[in-house]
Amino acid sequence: MIEVRNVTKTYGSTRVLDDVSLTIVPGGVTSIIGANGAGKSTLLSIIGRLLPADSGRVTVDGLDVTTTPGATLAKRLAVLRQENHTSIRLSVRELVAFGRFPHSRGRLTAADLATVDEAIAYFELEEFADRQLDQLSGGQRQRAHVAAVLCQDTDYVLLDEPLNNLDMRHSVQMMRRLRRMARDFAKTVVLVVHDINFASCHSDEVIAMRDGGVVAQGPTAELMTPELLSTVFDLDIAVHDIDGNRIGVYYS
Amino acid sequence: MSPSTGRRWEVRERHLALAVLLLVPAAFASLFVGAGELSPLDLLRADSGAALLLLESRLPRLLAILLAGTAMSVAGLVMMHITRNRFVSPSTAGTTESAVLGVFVATAFLGAESVMVKMVVALGFALLGTLFFLWVLRRLTFADVIVVPLVGIMLGGVITAVTTFFAYRADLLQSLSAWTNGDFSSVLRGRYELLWLTAAVTVGCYLYANRFTVAGVGRDFAVNLGVHYDRVVNLGLFLVSATTAAVVVTVGNIPFIGLVVPNLVTLLLGDNLRRVLPVTALAGAAFVLACDVVGRVVRHPYEIPVETVAGVVGSVVFLLLVLRVRRVAG
Ligand SMILES: Nc1ncnc2c1ncn2[C@@H]1O[C@H](COP(=O)(O)OP(=O)(O)OP(=O)(O)O)[C@@H](O)[C@H]1O
Ligand SMILES: [Mg+2]
Repeated sequence: MIEVRNVTKTYGSTRVLDDVSLTIVPGGVTSIIGANGAGKSTLLSIIGRLLPADSGRVTVDGLDVTTTPGATLAKRLAVLRQENHTSIRLSVRELVAFGRFPHSRGRLTAADLATVDEAIAYFELEEFADRQLDQLSGGQRQRAHVAAVLCQDTDYVLLDEPLNNLDMRHSVQMMRRLRRMARDFAKTVVLVVHDINFASCHSDEVIAMRDGGVVAQGPTAELMTPELLSTVFDLDIAVHDIDGNRIGVYYS
Repeated sequence: MSPSTGRRWEVRERHLALAVLLLVPAAFASLFVGAGELSPLDLLRADSGAALLLLESRLPRLLAILLAGTAMSVAGLVMMHITRNRFVSPSTAGTTESAVLGVFVATAFLGAESVMVKMVVALGFALLGTLFFLWVLRRLTFADVIVVPLVGIMLGGVITAVTTFFAYRADLLQSLSAWTNGDFSSVLRGRYELLWLTAAVTVGCYLYANRFTVAGVGRDFAVNLGVHYDRVVNLGLFLVSATTAAVVVTVGNIPFIGLVVPNLVTLLLGDNLRRVLPVTALAGAAFVLACDVVGRVVRHPYEIPVETVAGVVGSVVFLLLVLRVRRVAG
Protein backbone atom coordinates (compact mmCIF):
# COMPACT_ATOMS: atom_id res chain seq x y z
CA MET A 1 0.00 0.00 0.00
CA ILE A 2 1.27 3.47 -0.90
CA GLU A 3 0.22 6.11 1.58
CA VAL A 4 0.79 9.79 0.91
CA ARG A 5 0.04 12.05 3.87
CA ASN A 6 -0.10 15.85 3.69
CA VAL A 7 2.70 16.16 1.18
CA THR A 8 3.66 19.69 0.24
CA LYS A 9 6.30 20.92 -2.18
CA THR A 10 7.18 24.51 -2.92
CA TYR A 11 9.60 26.00 -5.43
CA GLY A 12 10.36 29.57 -4.46
CA SER A 13 6.94 31.03 -3.86
CA THR A 14 4.99 28.58 -6.05
CA ARG A 15 3.28 25.75 -4.28
CA VAL A 16 3.59 22.81 -6.63
CA LEU A 17 1.96 20.24 -4.35
CA ASP A 18 -0.51 21.50 -1.83
CA ASP A 19 -1.19 19.19 1.10
CA VAL A 20 -1.73 16.06 -0.98
CA SER A 21 -3.00 12.93 0.77
CA LEU A 22 -3.96 9.73 -0.97
CA THR A 23 -3.80 5.97 -0.72
CA ILE A 24 -3.04 3.53 -3.50
CA VAL A 25 -4.06 -0.03 -2.73
CA PRO A 26 -1.80 -2.89 -3.82
CA GLY A 27 -2.38 -4.91 -6.96
CA GLY A 28 -3.64 -2.85 -9.86
CA VAL A 29 -2.87 -0.17 -12.37
CA THR A 30 -3.41 3.42 -11.30
CA SER A 31 -3.14 6.25 -13.78
CA ILE A 32 -2.43 9.82 -12.77
CA ILE A 33 -3.89 12.31 -15.21
CA GLY A 34 -3.80 16.09 -15.34
CA ALA A 35 -2.65 19.06 -17.37
CA ASN A 36 0.97 20.14 -17.84
CA GLY A 37 2.32 21.52 -14.60
CA ALA A 38 -0.41 19.94 -12.44
CA GLY A 39 2.25 18.34 -10.24
CA LYS A 40 2.05 14.73 -11.47
CA SER A 41 5.77 14.23 -11.92
CA THR A 42 6.52 15.99 -8.67
CA LEU A 43 4.18 13.67 -6.80
CA LEU A 44 5.54 10.55 -8.47
CA SER A 45 9.14 11.60 -7.81
CA ILE A 46 8.39 12.21 -4.14
CA ILE A 47 6.75 8.79 -3.80
CA GLY A 48 9.76 7.28 -5.54
CA ARG A 49 12.15 9.18 -3.19
CA LEU A 50 13.85 10.93 -6.09
CA LEU A 51 12.73 14.26 -4.69
CA PRO A 52 12.34 15.29 -1.05
CA ALA A 53 9.01 16.74 0.04
CA ASP A 54 8.97 19.95 2.07
CA SER A 55 6.58 18.39 4.51
CA GLY A 56 4.39 15.33 4.81
CA ARG A 57 5.13 11.66 4.68
CA VAL A 58 5.13 8.87 2.13
CA THR A 59 5.14 5.21 3.10
CA VAL A 60 5.22 2.11 0.94
CA ASP A 61 4.07 -1.00 2.78
CA GLY A 62 4.68 0.96 5.95
CA LEU A 63 8.27 1.88 5.01
CA ASP A 64 8.96 5.60 5.07
CA VAL A 65 10.59 6.27 1.70
CA THR A 66 12.92 8.94 3.05
CA THR A 67 14.36 6.89 5.90
CA THR A 68 14.33 3.31 4.60
CA PRO A 69 17.78 2.28 3.31
CA GLY A 70 17.95 2.73 -0.45
CA ALA A 71 19.03 -0.84 -1.10
CA THR A 72 16.02 -2.22 0.79
CA LEU A 73 13.57 0.03 -0.98
CA ALA A 74 15.07 -0.72 -4.40
CA LYS A 75 13.88 -4.30 -4.09
CA ARG A 76 10.30 -3.16 -3.51
CA LEU A 77 9.86 -0.01 -5.48
CA ALA A 78 11.13 1.05 -8.89
CA VAL A 79 10.65 4.45 -10.45
CA LEU A 80 11.28 5.90 -13.89
CA ARG A 81 11.36 9.61 -14.55
CA GLN A 82 9.77 11.45 -17.42
CA GLU A 83 13.14 12.42 -18.90
CA ASN A 84 16.03 9.99 -18.86
CA HIS A 85 18.83 11.77 -20.56
CA THR A 86 22.27 10.31 -20.05
CA SER A 87 25.52 10.89 -21.87
CA ILE A 88 27.04 7.62 -20.71
CA ARG A 89 27.67 5.02 -23.40
CA LEU A 90 26.05 1.78 -22.33
CA SER A 91 24.54 -0.84 -24.54
CA VAL A 92 20.85 -1.62 -24.21
CA ARG A 93 21.67 -4.96 -22.63
CA GLU A 94 23.99 -3.35 -20.10
CA LEU A 95 21.35 -0.81 -19.13
CA VAL A 96 18.61 -3.40 -18.78
CA ALA A 97 20.95 -5.67 -16.80
CA PHE A 98 21.51 -2.87 -14.30
CA GLY A 99 17.84 -3.23 -13.46
CA ARG A 100 18.87 -6.43 -11.65
CA PHE A 101 21.43 -4.56 -9.56
CA PRO A 102 19.34 -4.36 -6.34
CA HIS A 103 19.11 -8.16 -6.36
CA SER A 104 22.38 -9.25 -7.91
CA ARG A 105 24.65 -6.45 -6.65
CA GLY A 106 26.44 -6.74 -9.95
CA ARG A 107 26.91 -10.50 -10.03
CA LEU A 108 24.35 -11.64 -12.55
CA THR A 109 23.09 -15.18 -12.10
CA ALA A 110 21.65 -17.28 -14.90
CA ALA A 111 18.18 -16.35 -13.64
CA ASP A 112 19.07 -12.66 -13.78
CA LEU A 113 20.31 -13.01 -17.34
CA ALA A 114 17.12 -14.84 -18.28
CA THR A 115 15.02 -12.00 -16.84
CA VAL A 116 17.08 -9.50 -18.81
CA ASP A 117 16.75 -11.46 -22.04
CA GLU A 118 13.02 -11.84 -21.54
CA ALA A 119 12.54 -8.09 -21.04
CA ILE A 120 14.66 -7.31 -24.08
CA ALA A 121 12.64 -9.74 -26.14
CA TYR A 122 9.27 -8.47 -24.90
CA PHE A 123 10.10 -4.87 -25.77
CA GLU A 124 11.46 -5.97 -29.15
CA LEU A 125 14.94 -4.70 -28.46
CA GLU A 126 16.92 -7.79 -29.50
CA GLU A 127 18.02 -6.19 -32.71
CA PHE A 128 19.60 -3.28 -30.80
CA ALA A 129 20.62 -5.16 -27.66
CA ASP A 130 24.33 -4.58 -28.18
CA ARG A 131 24.00 -1.07 -29.52
CA GLN A 132 24.83 2.01 -27.47
CA LEU A 133 21.87 3.94 -26.08
CA ASP A 134 22.81 7.08 -27.98
CA GLN A 135 22.44 5.22 -31.25
CA LEU A 136 18.74 4.48 -30.72
CA SER A 137 15.59 6.34 -31.66
CA GLY A 138 13.65 8.08 -28.90
CA GLY A 139 11.04 5.36 -28.64
CA GLN A 140 13.61 2.57 -28.63
CA ARG A 141 15.51 4.29 -25.85
CA GLN A 142 12.30 4.74 -23.87
CA ARG A 143 11.55 1.03 -24.23
CA ALA A 144 15.04 0.19 -22.99
CA HIS A 145 14.57 2.35 -19.89
CA VAL A 146 11.18 0.82 -19.11
CA ALA A 147 12.63 -2.66 -19.65
CA ALA A 148 15.38 -1.87 -17.12
CA VAL A 149 12.86 -0.72 -14.53
CA LEU A 150 10.66 -3.76 -15.04
CA CYS A 151 13.70 -6.03 -14.67
CA GLN A 152 13.95 -4.75 -11.14
CA ASP A 153 10.90 -6.93 -10.52
CA THR A 154 9.55 -4.84 -7.65
CA ASP A 155 6.09 -4.97 -6.07
CA TYR A 156 5.63 -1.28 -6.81
CA VAL A 157 6.42 0.26 -10.16
CA LEU A 158 6.13 4.00 -10.76
CA LEU A 159 6.40 5.19 -14.35
CA ASP A 160 6.26 8.80 -15.46
CA GLU A 161 4.83 8.90 -18.97
CA PRO A 162 6.12 5.49 -20.05
CA LEU A 163 4.38 5.92 -23.40
CA ASN A 164 6.60 8.90 -24.28
CA ASN A 165 7.77 8.62 -27.89
CA LEU A 166 6.17 5.22 -28.40
CA ASP A 167 4.22 4.32 -31.51
CA MET A 168 0.69 2.92 -31.12
CA ARG A 169 1.66 -0.72 -31.24
CA HIS A 170 4.38 -0.40 -28.65
CA SER A 171 2.13 1.74 -26.47
CA VAL A 172 -0.52 -0.95 -26.45
CA GLN A 173 2.05 -3.67 -25.80
CA MET A 174 3.49 -1.77 -22.90
CA MET A 175 0.10 -1.15 -21.32
CA ARG A 176 -0.84 -4.81 -21.74
CA ARG A 177 2.33 -5.84 -20.04
CA LEU A 178 1.74 -3.50 -17.10
CA ARG A 179 -1.80 -4.76 -16.75
CA ARG A 180 -0.69 -8.37 -16.81
CA MET A 181 1.94 -7.66 -14.16
CA ALA A 182 -0.78 -6.19 -11.96
CA ARG A 183 -3.25 -9.01 -12.59
CA ASP A 184 -1.00 -12.07 -12.58
CA PHE A 185 1.69 -11.00 -10.13
CA ALA A 186 -0.29 -8.59 -7.94
CA LYS A 187 2.09 -5.76 -8.76
CA THR A 188 1.10 -2.19 -8.05
CA VAL A 189 1.69 -0.03 -11.09
CA VAL A 190 1.32 3.75 -10.92
CA LEU A 191 1.74 5.74 -14.07
CA VAL A 192 1.39 9.22 -15.38
CA VAL A 193 -0.41 9.18 -18.73
CA HIS A 194 -1.45 11.98 -21.02
CA ASP A 195 -3.61 9.89 -23.32
CA ILE A 196 -6.82 9.62 -21.29
CA ASN A 197 -7.98 6.74 -23.43
CA PHE A 198 -4.98 4.61 -22.52
CA ALA A 199 -5.73 5.47 -18.92
CA SER A 200 -9.35 4.53 -19.45
CA CYS A 201 -8.74 1.24 -21.25
CA HIS A 202 -5.96 -0.11 -19.07
CA SER A 203 -6.21 1.18 -15.53
CA ASP A 204 -8.20 0.06 -12.55
CA GLU A 205 -8.11 3.43 -10.90
CA VAL A 206 -7.51 7.03 -11.91
CA ILE A 207 -6.13 9.95 -9.93
CA ALA A 208 -6.95 13.33 -11.45
CA MET A 209 -4.71 16.24 -10.50
CA ARG A 210 -4.98 19.94 -11.01
CA ASP A 211 -2.89 22.85 -9.70
CA GLY A 212 -0.96 20.79 -7.20
CA GLY A 213 -3.94 19.01 -5.71
CA VAL A 214 -5.92 15.82 -6.24
CA VAL A 215 -9.30 16.63 -7.79
CA ALA A 216 -10.66 13.10 -7.81
CA GLN A 217 -9.60 9.53 -7.28
CA GLY A 218 -11.64 6.43 -8.01
CA PRO A 219 -12.44 3.53 -10.31
CA THR A 220 -11.71 4.42 -13.91
CA ALA A 221 -15.27 4.13 -15.19
CA GLU A 222 -16.54 6.55 -12.55
CA LEU A 223 -13.99 9.18 -13.39
CA MET A 224 -14.27 9.00 -17.17
CA THR A 225 -17.09 11.53 -17.33
CA PRO A 226 -17.27 14.63 -19.49
CA GLU A 227 -17.82 16.77 -16.39
CA LEU A 228 -14.76 15.63 -14.52
CA LEU A 229 -12.48 15.55 -17.54
CA SER A 230 -13.42 19.05 -18.55
CA THR A 231 -12.70 20.41 -15.06
CA VAL A 232 -9.34 18.65 -15.01
CA PHE A 233 -8.23 19.67 -18.48
CA ASP A 234 -10.23 22.86 -19.18
CA LEU A 235 -11.40 21.32 -22.40
CA ASP A 236 -14.70 19.99 -23.72
CA ILE A 237 -14.37 16.25 -23.83
CA ALA A 238 -17.17 13.96 -25.00
CA VAL A 239 -17.13 10.43 -23.62
CA HIS A 240 -18.49 7.49 -25.63
CA ASP A 241 -18.88 3.83 -24.85
CA ILE A 242 -17.00 1.91 -27.52
CA ASP A 243 -16.48 -1.84 -27.29
CA GLY A 244 -17.00 -1.74 -23.55
CA ASN A 245 -14.49 1.06 -22.95
CA ARG A 246 -15.10 4.69 -22.07
CA ILE A 247 -13.43 6.71 -24.81
CA GLY A 248 -12.90 10.45 -24.62
CA VAL A 249 -13.16 12.42 -27.83
CA TYR A 250 -11.64 15.88 -27.88
CA TYR A 251 -9.85 16.28 -31.18
CA SER A 252 -12.01 18.85 -32.88
CA MET B 1 24.20 -17.92 -22.38
CA SER B 2 22.76 -16.04 -25.33
CA PRO B 3 24.90 -15.61 -28.42
CA SER B 4 25.18 -11.86 -27.99
CA THR B 5 26.42 -12.17 -24.40
CA GLY B 6 29.06 -14.53 -25.69
CA ARG B 7 30.17 -12.05 -28.29
CA ARG B 8 30.60 -9.37 -25.70
CA TRP B 9 33.02 -11.50 -23.77
CA GLU B 10 34.99 -12.11 -26.89
CA VAL B 11 35.37 -8.40 -27.53
CA ARG B 12 36.53 -7.86 -24.02
CA GLU B 13 39.12 -10.61 -24.10
CA ARG B 14 40.43 -9.61 -27.47
CA HIS B 15 41.08 -6.10 -26.24
CA LEU B 16 42.69 -7.29 -23.05
CA ALA B 17 44.96 -9.55 -25.06
CA LEU B 18 45.85 -6.68 -27.35
CA ALA B 19 46.74 -4.45 -24.42
CA VAL B 20 48.93 -7.16 -22.88
CA LEU B 21 50.57 -7.73 -26.24
CA LEU B 22 51.50 -4.05 -26.42
CA LEU B 23 52.66 -3.98 -22.86
CA VAL B 24 55.03 -6.94 -22.72
CA PRO B 25 57.52 -5.89 -25.43
CA ALA B 26 57.44 -2.30 -24.18
CA ALA B 27 58.16 -3.49 -20.64
CA PHE B 28 61.03 -5.63 -21.90
CA ALA B 29 62.44 -2.74 -23.90
CA SER B 30 62.22 -0.50 -20.86
CA LEU B 31 64.39 -2.82 -18.80
CA PHE B 32 67.24 -2.64 -21.27
CA VAL B 33 67.14 0.98 -22.38
CA GLY B 34 69.05 3.64 -20.50
CA ALA B 35 72.25 5.54 -19.88
CA GLY B 36 74.04 2.52 -18.46
CA GLU B 37 74.55 -0.32 -20.95
CA LEU B 38 72.53 -3.37 -20.04
CA SER B 39 71.45 -6.24 -22.25
CA PRO B 40 69.76 -9.52 -21.42
CA LEU B 41 73.06 -11.24 -22.22
CA ASP B 42 74.88 -9.32 -19.49
CA LEU B 43 72.58 -10.90 -16.96
CA LEU B 44 73.45 -14.40 -18.16
CA ARG B 45 77.13 -13.70 -17.69
CA ALA B 46 76.64 -13.53 -13.95
CA ASP B 47 77.90 -10.00 -14.05
CA SER B 48 77.02 -8.66 -10.61
CA GLY B 49 77.01 -5.07 -11.83
CA ALA B 50 74.32 -5.85 -14.37
CA ALA B 51 72.14 -7.60 -11.83
CA LEU B 52 72.51 -4.71 -9.43
CA LEU B 53 71.55 -2.19 -12.11
CA LEU B 54 68.52 -4.27 -12.91
CA LEU B 55 67.35 -4.73 -9.34
CA GLU B 56 68.18 -1.30 -7.96
CA SER B 57 67.16 0.88 -10.85
CA ARG B 58 65.60 -0.66 -13.93
CA LEU B 59 63.09 -2.95 -12.26
CA PRO B 60 61.89 -0.35 -9.74
CA ARG B 61 61.58 2.09 -12.61
CA LEU B 62 59.52 -0.34 -14.65
CA LEU B 63 57.25 -1.11 -11.70
CA ALA B 64 56.81 2.59 -10.94
CA ILE B 65 55.85 3.24 -14.54
CA LEU B 66 53.34 0.40 -14.64
CA LEU B 67 51.80 1.35 -11.30
CA ALA B 68 51.57 5.07 -12.05
CA GLY B 69 50.25 4.53 -15.57
CA THR B 70 47.60 2.10 -14.38
CA ALA B 71 46.53 4.18 -11.44
CA MET B 72 46.30 7.53 -13.20
CA SER B 73 44.27 6.23 -16.13
CA VAL B 74 41.89 4.34 -13.84
CA ALA B 75 41.56 7.49 -11.71
CA GLY B 76 40.65 9.42 -14.85
CA LEU B 77 38.11 6.80 -15.82
CA VAL B 78 36.42 6.94 -12.42
CA MET B 79 36.46 10.71 -12.40
CA MET B 80 34.82 10.92 -15.78
CA HIS B 81 31.99 8.76 -14.46
CA ILE B 82 31.38 10.49 -11.17
CA THR B 83 31.42 13.95 -12.72
CA ARG B 84 29.52 12.73 -15.77
CA ASN B 85 31.83 14.65 -18.07
CA ARG B 86 34.34 12.76 -20.19
CA PHE B 87 36.81 15.63 -20.15
CA VAL B 88 37.09 15.88 -16.40
CA SER B 89 40.23 14.16 -15.13
CA PRO B 90 42.83 14.88 -12.46
CA SER B 91 44.67 17.10 -14.99
CA THR B 92 41.57 19.10 -15.86
CA ALA B 93 39.93 19.59 -12.49
CA GLY B 94 42.67 21.18 -10.42
CA THR B 95 43.27 17.84 -8.64
CA THR B 96 46.92 17.39 -9.65
CA GLU B 97 47.82 21.03 -9.08
CA SER B 98 46.21 20.92 -5.64
CA ALA B 99 48.17 17.79 -4.80
CA VAL B 100 51.40 19.57 -5.80
CA LEU B 101 50.44 22.50 -3.59
CA GLY B 102 49.81 19.99 -0.80
CA VAL B 103 53.25 18.40 -1.11
CA PHE B 104 54.79 21.83 -1.18
CA VAL B 105 52.94 22.94 1.96
CA ALA B 106 53.90 19.70 3.71
CA THR B 107 57.55 20.17 2.82
CA ALA B 108 57.96 23.92 3.24
CA PHE B 109 55.62 24.76 6.10
CA LEU B 110 55.18 21.53 8.00
CA GLY B 111 58.74 20.34 7.52
CA ALA B 112 57.53 16.90 6.57
CA GLU B 113 60.27 14.38 5.85
CA SER B 114 58.41 11.15 5.30
CA VAL B 115 56.68 10.55 1.98
CA MET B 116 53.70 9.20 3.85
CA VAL B 117 53.04 12.52 5.58
CA LYS B 118 53.57 14.38 2.31
CA MET B 119 51.14 12.07 0.62
CA VAL B 120 48.42 12.48 3.23
CA VAL B 121 48.68 16.27 3.07
CA ALA B 122 48.70 16.12 -0.75
CA LEU B 123 45.62 13.90 -0.63
CA GLY B 124 43.83 16.43 1.56
CA PHE B 125 44.68 19.28 -0.78
CA ALA B 126 43.74 17.27 -3.87
CA LEU B 127 40.36 16.48 -2.35
CA LEU B 128 39.71 20.09 -1.34
CA GLY B 129 40.83 21.40 -4.73
CA THR B 130 38.57 18.98 -6.58
CA LEU B 131 35.61 19.73 -4.33
CA PHE B 132 36.18 23.42 -4.95
CA PHE B 133 36.20 22.76 -8.70
CA LEU B 134 32.91 20.85 -8.44
CA TRP B 135 31.46 23.67 -6.36
CA VAL B 136 32.42 26.15 -9.08
CA LEU B 137 30.88 23.86 -11.68
CA ARG B 138 27.54 23.84 -9.92
CA ARG B 139 27.52 27.63 -10.07
CA LEU B 140 28.43 27.73 -13.74
CA THR B 141 25.46 28.64 -15.91
CA PHE B 142 27.18 27.65 -19.13
CA ALA B 143 28.45 24.16 -18.27
CA ASP B 144 29.29 22.99 -21.76
CA VAL B 145 31.21 19.67 -22.02
CA ILE B 146 34.27 21.54 -23.19
CA VAL B 147 33.96 24.64 -21.04
CA VAL B 148 34.07 22.44 -17.93
CA PRO B 149 37.63 21.09 -18.42
CA LEU B 150 38.81 24.54 -19.52
CA VAL B 151 37.57 25.93 -16.22
CA GLY B 152 39.44 23.10 -14.50
CA ILE B 153 42.64 23.86 -16.40
CA MET B 154 42.31 27.54 -15.47
CA LEU B 155 41.74 26.69 -11.84
CA GLY B 156 44.82 24.44 -11.97
CA GLY B 157 46.79 27.34 -13.46
CA VAL B 158 45.79 29.62 -10.60
CA ILE B 159 46.75 27.01 -8.01
CA THR B 160 50.09 26.43 -9.74
CA ALA B 161 50.75 30.18 -9.75
CA VAL B 162 50.14 30.31 -6.00
CA THR B 163 52.42 27.32 -5.44
CA THR B 164 55.16 28.80 -7.61
CA PHE B 165 54.99 32.14 -5.82
CA PHE B 166 55.51 30.57 -2.42
CA ALA B 167 58.12 28.14 -3.73
CA TYR B 168 60.05 31.07 -5.15
CA ARG B 169 59.88 32.92 -1.82
CA ALA B 170 60.97 29.79 0.03
CA ASP B 171 63.71 29.09 -2.50
CA LEU B 172 62.17 25.70 -3.26
CA LEU B 173 61.61 26.00 -7.01
CA GLN B 174 64.02 23.12 -7.53
CA SER B 175 62.02 20.69 -5.39
CA LEU B 176 58.79 21.99 -6.88
CA SER B 177 59.84 20.93 -10.34
CA ALA B 178 60.32 17.39 -9.04
CA TRP B 179 56.60 17.23 -8.28
CA THR B 180 55.31 19.11 -11.30
CA ASN B 181 57.50 17.33 -13.84
CA GLY B 182 56.83 13.64 -13.76
CA ASP B 183 60.07 11.79 -14.28
CA PHE B 184 61.07 8.19 -13.65
CA SER B 185 64.82 8.70 -13.95
CA SER B 186 65.28 9.12 -10.20
CA VAL B 187 63.22 6.07 -9.27
CA LEU B 188 65.33 3.63 -7.29
CA ARG B 189 64.58 0.74 -4.99
CA GLY B 190 63.27 2.18 -1.74
CA ARG B 191 61.93 5.35 -3.35
CA TYR B 192 58.84 4.27 -5.23
CA GLU B 193 57.16 1.74 -2.94
CA LEU B 194 54.40 4.17 -1.95
CA LEU B 195 53.03 3.59 -5.43
CA TRP B 196 51.91 0.12 -4.37
CA LEU B 197 49.18 1.98 -2.53
CA THR B 198 47.74 2.98 -5.88
CA ALA B 199 47.45 -0.69 -6.81
CA ALA B 200 45.16 -1.10 -3.80
CA VAL B 201 43.18 1.95 -4.91
CA THR B 202 42.82 0.50 -8.40
CA VAL B 203 41.47 -2.73 -6.94
CA GLY B 204 39.05 -0.64 -4.88
CA CYS B 205 37.87 1.09 -8.04
CA TYR B 206 37.29 -2.27 -9.68
CA LEU B 207 35.22 -3.51 -6.74
CA TYR B 208 33.09 -0.36 -6.92
CA ALA B 209 32.98 -0.35 -10.73
CA ASN B 210 29.27 -1.10 -11.03
CA ARG B 211 28.36 1.62 -8.57
CA PHE B 212 30.47 4.15 -10.43
CA THR B 213 28.79 3.19 -13.69
CA VAL B 214 25.35 3.49 -12.11
CA ALA B 215 26.26 6.92 -10.72
CA GLY B 216 27.56 7.82 -14.17
CA VAL B 217 24.14 7.20 -15.69
CA GLY B 218 22.63 9.76 -13.35
CA ARG B 219 21.50 10.48 -9.83
CA ASP B 220 17.91 9.29 -10.29
CA PHE B 221 19.01 6.06 -11.93
CA ALA B 222 21.37 5.42 -9.01
CA VAL B 223 18.83 6.25 -6.30
CA ASN B 224 16.26 4.02 -7.97
CA LEU B 225 18.69 1.10 -7.87
CA GLY B 226 19.37 1.70 -4.19
CA VAL B 227 22.85 3.08 -4.76
CA HIS B 228 23.84 5.82 -2.34
CA TYR B 229 24.73 8.41 -4.95
CA ASP B 230 26.52 10.99 -2.80
CA ARG B 231 28.48 8.35 -0.95
CA VAL B 232 29.65 6.76 -4.21
CA VAL B 233 30.69 10.10 -5.68
CA ASN B 234 32.58 11.06 -2.54
CA LEU B 235 34.31 7.71 -2.36
CA GLY B 236 35.31 8.11 -6.01
CA LEU B 237 36.74 11.57 -5.35
CA PHE B 238 38.69 10.20 -2.41
CA LEU B 239 40.18 7.34 -4.45
CA VAL B 240 41.09 9.68 -7.31
CA SER B 241 42.73 12.12 -4.91
CA ALA B 242 44.67 9.35 -3.19
CA THR B 243 46.03 8.07 -6.50
CA THR B 244 46.96 11.54 -7.68
CA ALA B 245 48.69 12.35 -4.40
CA ALA B 246 50.70 9.14 -4.38
CA VAL B 247 51.85 9.63 -7.96
CA VAL B 248 52.75 13.29 -7.48
CA VAL B 249 54.73 12.55 -4.32
CA THR B 250 56.72 9.67 -5.79
CA VAL B 251 57.28 10.42 -9.48
CA GLY B 252 55.62 13.78 -10.10
CA ASN B 253 52.80 14.85 -12.33
CA ILE B 254 52.17 12.95 -15.57
CA PRO B 255 49.77 15.24 -17.40
CA PHE B 256 46.74 14.23 -19.46
CA ILE B 257 47.10 10.49 -19.08
CA GLY B 258 43.96 10.30 -16.93
CA LEU B 259 42.10 12.08 -19.67
CA VAL B 260 43.49 10.62 -22.87
CA VAL B 261 43.64 6.92 -22.02
CA PRO B 262 40.10 6.50 -20.60
CA ASN B 263 38.66 8.56 -23.45
CA LEU B 264 40.29 6.46 -26.13
CA VAL B 265 39.37 3.18 -24.44
CA THR B 266 35.72 4.12 -23.78
CA LEU B 267 35.40 5.45 -27.30
CA LEU B 268 36.09 1.92 -28.46
CA LEU B 269 34.43 -0.14 -25.75
CA GLY B 270 31.71 1.97 -24.14
CA ASP B 271 31.42 3.20 -20.57
CA ASN B 272 30.61 0.11 -18.54
CA LEU B 273 33.37 0.39 -15.93
CA ARG B 274 33.51 -3.27 -14.99
CA ARG B 275 34.24 -4.06 -18.57
CA VAL B 276 36.59 -1.23 -19.54
CA LEU B 277 38.56 -0.79 -16.32
CA PRO B 278 41.03 -3.67 -16.89
CA VAL B 279 41.67 -2.53 -20.46
CA THR B 280 42.09 1.07 -19.33
CA ALA B 281 44.55 -0.01 -16.65
CA LEU B 282 46.70 -1.94 -19.13
CA ALA B 283 46.47 0.75 -21.79
CA GLY B 284 47.48 3.38 -19.25
CA ALA B 285 50.51 1.37 -18.21
CA ALA B 286 51.47 0.87 -21.86
CA PHE B 287 51.00 4.55 -22.63
CA VAL B 288 53.30 5.75 -19.84
CA LEU B 289 55.80 3.05 -20.65
CA ALA B 290 55.89 4.11 -24.27
CA CYS B 291 56.29 7.76 -23.28
CA ASP B 292 59.12 6.81 -20.96
CA VAL B 293 60.96 4.69 -23.52
CA VAL B 294 60.58 7.44 -26.13
CA GLY B 295 61.94 9.96 -23.63
CA ARG B 296 64.95 7.75 -23.03
CA VAL B 297 65.69 6.99 -26.65
CA VAL B 298 65.19 10.34 -28.39
CA ARG B 299 68.25 12.10 -26.94
CA HIS B 300 70.21 9.10 -25.74
CA PRO B 301 72.17 9.13 -23.44
CA TYR B 302 70.19 12.08 -22.03
CA GLU B 303 66.58 11.72 -20.94
CA ILE B 304 63.50 13.74 -21.71
CA PRO B 305 61.17 13.53 -18.68
CA VAL B 306 58.01 11.52 -19.14
CA GLU B 307 56.02 14.62 -18.20
CA THR B 308 57.16 16.34 -21.39
CA VAL B 309 56.47 13.39 -23.68
CA ALA B 310 53.09 12.65 -22.10
CA GLY B 311 52.26 16.36 -22.18
CA VAL B 312 52.93 16.65 -25.90
CA VAL B 313 51.15 13.45 -26.88
CA GLY B 314 48.35 14.01 -24.37
CA SER B 315 47.53 17.56 -25.37
CA VAL B 316 47.43 16.64 -29.05
CA VAL B 317 45.03 13.75 -28.40
CA PHE B 318 42.97 15.98 -26.08
CA LEU B 319 42.61 18.52 -28.89
CA LEU B 320 41.57 15.81 -31.34
CA LEU B 321 38.99 14.53 -28.87
CA VAL B 322 37.59 18.02 -28.37
CA LEU B 323 37.37 18.57 -32.11
CA ARG B 324 35.61 15.22 -32.44
CA VAL B 325 32.97 16.26 -29.89
CA ARG B 326 32.43 19.51 -31.80
CA ARG B 327 32.01 17.55 -35.01
CA VAL B 328 29.61 15.03 -33.51
CA ALA B 329 27.60 17.73 -31.75
CA GLY B 330 27.56 20.17 -34.68
N1 LIG C 1 12.99 22.46 -10.31
C1 LIG C 1 11.88 23.23 -10.40
N2 LIG C 1 11.97 24.54 -10.08
C2 LIG C 1 10.88 25.33 -10.13
N3 LIG C 1 9.68 24.90 -10.51
C3 LIG C 1 9.54 23.61 -10.84
C4 LIG C 1 10.64 22.71 -10.81
N4 LIG C 1 10.19 21.49 -11.18
C5 LIG C 1 8.90 21.64 -11.46
N5 LIG C 1 8.49 22.91 -11.26
C6 LIG C 1 7.12 23.41 -11.43
O1 LIG C 1 6.27 22.56 -10.70
C7 LIG C 1 5.05 22.42 -11.37
C8 LIG C 1 4.68 20.95 -11.43
O2 LIG C 1 5.64 20.28 -12.22
P1 LIG C 1 5.50 18.76 -12.62
O3 LIG C 1 6.73 18.38 -13.33
O4 LIG C 1 5.13 17.99 -11.42
O5 LIG C 1 4.28 18.83 -13.62
P2 LIG C 1 3.58 17.65 -14.42
O6 LIG C 1 2.20 17.55 -13.91
O7 LIG C 1 4.40 16.44 -14.39
O8 LIG C 1 3.54 18.28 -15.88
P3 LIG C 1 3.84 17.58 -17.30
O9 LIG C 1 2.55 17.02 -17.76
O10 LIG C 1 4.20 18.75 -18.17
O11 LIG C 1 4.90 16.61 -17.14
C9 LIG C 1 5.19 23.08 -12.71
O12 LIG C 1 4.48 24.30 -12.70
C10 LIG C 1 6.66 23.33 -12.85
O13 LIG C 1 6.88 24.53 -13.53
MG1 LIG D 1 5.56 15.44 -15.76
